Amino acid sequence: MRSPRVEFWAGLRAQLPILLGTSPFGMIYGIIAYEAGLPFSVALAMSLVVFAGSSQFIAAQLFATGATGVVIVLTTFVVNLRHMLYSASVAPYVRHLSPAWKWLLAFLLTDEAYAVTISRYRQEPVEAARDTAAHWFFLGAGLTLWASWQLSSAAGFLLGAQIPASWSLDFTLALTFIALLVPVVQDRPAILAALAAGTVAVLARGWPYNLGLSAAVIAGIGAGLLAEHWQRPPHVAAHPTPRRHL
Amino acid sequence: MIRLWLIIGGMVLVTYSVRLSVIVLLRGAEMPPSLVRALRFVPPAALSAIVLPELVTPNGALDLSPGNVRLLAGIIAGVVAWTTRRTLLPIAVGMVALWVLQAVL
Repeated sequence: MRSPRVEFWAGLRAQLPILLGTSPFGMIYGIIAYEAGLPFSVALAMSLVVFAGSSQFIAAQLFATGATGVVIVLTTFVVNLRHMLYSASVAPYVRHLSPAWKWLLAFLLTDEAYAVTISRYRQEPVEAARDTAAHWFFLGAGLTLWASWQLSSAAGFLLGAQIPASWSLDFTLALTFIALLVPVVQDRPAILAALAAGTVAVLARGWPYNLGLSAAVIAGIGAGLLAEHWQRPPHVAAHPTPRRHL
Repeated sequence: MIRLWLIIGGMVLVTYSVRLSVIVLLRGAEMPPSLVRALRFVPPAALSAIVLPELVTPNGALDLSPGNVRLLAGIIAGVVAWTTRRTLLPIAVGMVALWVLQAVL
């Protein structure tokens, strides 16, 4: 059995290559938060304690458009719902840990930390993995991502202050979501979910309190489920495929 | 300012609750398969619901004309993402495309 220290460093090293992809996203978040007019303290606090990339992007944009707090929180909830799949997936591996460990690891449960941690856990059967110090691997991976997310968000915010508005850098938000959307629409039900949600979002864009976004997501989920129902018997993924961002 | 901090607190509450959900709150209970299936569609639905209005309603009104440079640049970025399977390249290409189109059109 590897020592906690060895596991921690292995987790840190496993996360390093992924930082090449997440750091630019952190910087784009910082730029968008700056352009949305958020104070530095609030922009950075969001990275420190919310620590969920795509919802931070959207929240910054919603702040800029003057959305109400309830809508921002509701939208954050909808966008981050996918983390429930990760929570379910790692739960058997952390069941034996103390509450303090569970709360700490759950805080660090992002797309990327999940991705490297679940591949470490799956090297052994669940029962065997519980006897190891693999939770230190989880901690090493999660803390590495968290620290780099703070640095890159802060750097992006400070950089954003130097860039003139004529560069239209607000468009990086749409581009980022296009880059994240394409890999998750690889089968017909997912494509239909995206089309339905996008159409409803456009039609409902004038709805009060930006509620059109939540309505669009619900319509998308409904369309995806219907398409899957017609297409083939439903299958359940025991280990969801994580996306390449927070 | 207090309003901003309250909103951040709310965001933390909902995000952390979701991450804690099965690990702590449900004590590792099995999730209903129907919920697992539904959650799979959250990423494509949410991302598309954010992107599409940004592209087709750049100034608030629906604009599907070739003069909509954001829509054109977005399509270019989508094609690059689809063909290269990369994430940062389409962002860079889309941004350059926007600048070029803004200068040309």
